[in-house]
Amino acid sequence: MAVDQKALGPWACLVACLAVTVVAAAPKRIISLVPNVTEMIYAIGAGSRVVAVSSYDTYPPEVRTLPNVGALLDPNVERILSLKPDLVIVYGSQDDLRRQLGRAGIATFDYRHGGLDAITTTIRSLGTTLGEERAAGALASRIERGLDDIRGRVRGRPRPRTLLVFGRERLSLRGIYASGGTGFLHDMLTAAGGDNVFADVRAESVQASTEQIISRRPDVIVEVRAVNEAFAAGDREAEARVWTALGSVPAVRDGRVSFLFDDRIVIPGPRIVEGTRELARVLHPDAFK
Amino acid sequence: MTLQRRFARTVAAFGALLAVTVVLAPLVGPTSISFRRAFDFSIPFADNADAQIFFIARLPRTLAGAVVGALFASAGVVFQGLLRNPLATPFTLGVSTGAALGAVTAITFNWSIAIAGITAVPLAAFAGSLIAVAIVYALAQARHRGLSTTVLLLAGVTMNAFFSAVILFVQYIASFADTYRTLRWLMGDLDISSYQPLLAALPAALAALAVFAWLARPLNLLALGADSAESRGLEVARAQRAAFFSASLATGAAVSIGGPIGFVGIIIPHLVRLMVGPDHRLVLPAAALFGAAFLVACDLVARTILAPVELPVGIITALIGGPFFLWLLIKKR
Repeated sequence: MAVDQKALGPWACLVACLAVTVVAAAPKRIISLVPNVTEMIYAIGAGSRVVAVSSYDTYPPEVRTLPNVGALLDPNVERILSLKPDLVIVYGSQDDLRRQLGRAGIATFDYRHGGLDAITTTIRSLGTTLGEERAAGALASRIERGLDDIRGRVRGRPRPRTLLVFGRERLSLRGIYASGGTGFLHDMLTAAGGDNVFADVRAESVQASTEQIISRRPDVIVEVRAVNEAFAAGDREAEARVWTALGSVPAVRDGRVSFLFDDRIVIPGPRIVEGTRELARVLHPDAFK
Repeated sequence: MTLQRRFARTVAAFGALLAVTVVLAPLVGPTSISFRRAFDFSIPFADNADAQIFFIARLPRTLAGAVVGALFASAGVVFQGLLRNPLATPFTLGVSTGAALGAVTAITFNWSIAIAGITAVPLAAFAGSLIAVAIVYALAQARHRGLSTTVLLLAGVTMNAFFSAVILFVQYIASFADTYRTLRWLMGDLDISSYQPLLAALPAALAALAVFAWLARPLNLLALGADSAESRGLEVARAQRAAFFSASLATGAAVSIGGPIGFVGIIIPHLVRLMVGPDHRLVLPAAALFGAAFLVACDLVARTILAPVELPVGIITALIGGPFFLWLLIKKR
């Protein structure tokens, strides 16, 4: 190793050696605080090394029996340390946690939400970190091929102007949150053959006012939610009816308002191809017969 | 000048300001619409996007701003008079925090109910405000026969802190998306997208304003202190109760429509007093009219300045109201 031991002193050398060891040996005890990255770890075959997850993790089902160590805003550092992890997956903004773990000599893997391409990038770098390059590369390519297949199926078809709603007050048109022109939801919508009516807003989410929705005239309105936020079966008709107040919106006039309660759409993980396909099926039913 | 003439002049001036604001506000927006088409009633309403923008997006919103602004501003006057404290606001006695707890709970637990077209969040907000009022009143009564404004103030401040803690707890157990939505609710929003919330709040609003009209003289007497007021023939306890319940009702109705929009309830009463003097017979109607015009104007800024993105109206009221108030304060000296 090309380190000048005299110049650095014994402590620095020790630190350098430890760092090399941490990089060299693949982590064996992983804690993930980021649910979609947990999914990725399992999908590349490293699930047996996960020892704890965040309080928001539900997939794959095995994680429900693992200890939970808090989440983005309330990571339980004591609990994390007591489980003796050698790698902790943290969200990019968890600076304090990263510093604390660094002091304890525990390696971290930073993740931040991004567009669709961030999913495959994350999977590949996760593969490198966990020593599962082959499986990770294969998974990432499979996702890219799957998305390309969807893009191919909708190519040449008229692209409906689409409002992608991911939150609003129940039984009313107040507090509507929709996908803006960045982020994975916008990318999924584009791949699925739709044009986002809020593509010009450089943000992941927009609070869509009544005026904006009427004046942007979406051809299709898709409401997406995680399964645990799904409308009860008995409420769906009433929830669909609230849109009829905006009769001049083409999507409302033509009855093209739909609900998709599907974790595969709202979690940017390895199941994103299936999620995108569900979205594409709504926008282009003919292309998926 | 006689009081009657001053009253007429004050109401005419502030009324004209409100009328101009309410007529102009719906004409302006982030999108340009054709007013000829909007008012062309030969086109079916369901197909007329211009008419829908005017009558569904802008008009209810403008009216909501006027009603909420009038209620907050006049409730602020009444609370300041009742507590004889210039720092009192409609939120001082815990009414709005109770309402916020109701709304936050409804958002977090995704309550899906609607009574006569009124949905879970405003219903829960109104219910929360009533509960807060009942608790604060019971506390103030228990310590003191009649109403002690000191106990009222202490009970209100304590309930504010307590409800805030419960709100934080509910937010803590909520998902990220719900936490964000509750936070956004707390910043105020007048985009009501139908007339239903206004119609539902109207009985409470009118009842409160009617009591306010009666309260003007009692509040003038209360300003001299409870003992002097009593000696001049005012039934102090009765007047205090009327002030407390009517102002609380107004606040609860306003919060359930637009959320706890700050600053209107403290700044407008003071502004108006600087303009018309301390007589509640002038301050109350002027504050209601001016508060309405002020909030409509703030909401106009909120929905246009960063279009297509909207700013929460509560941010605008504070940003415009704060410096303006300070300027007026300095100028007057």
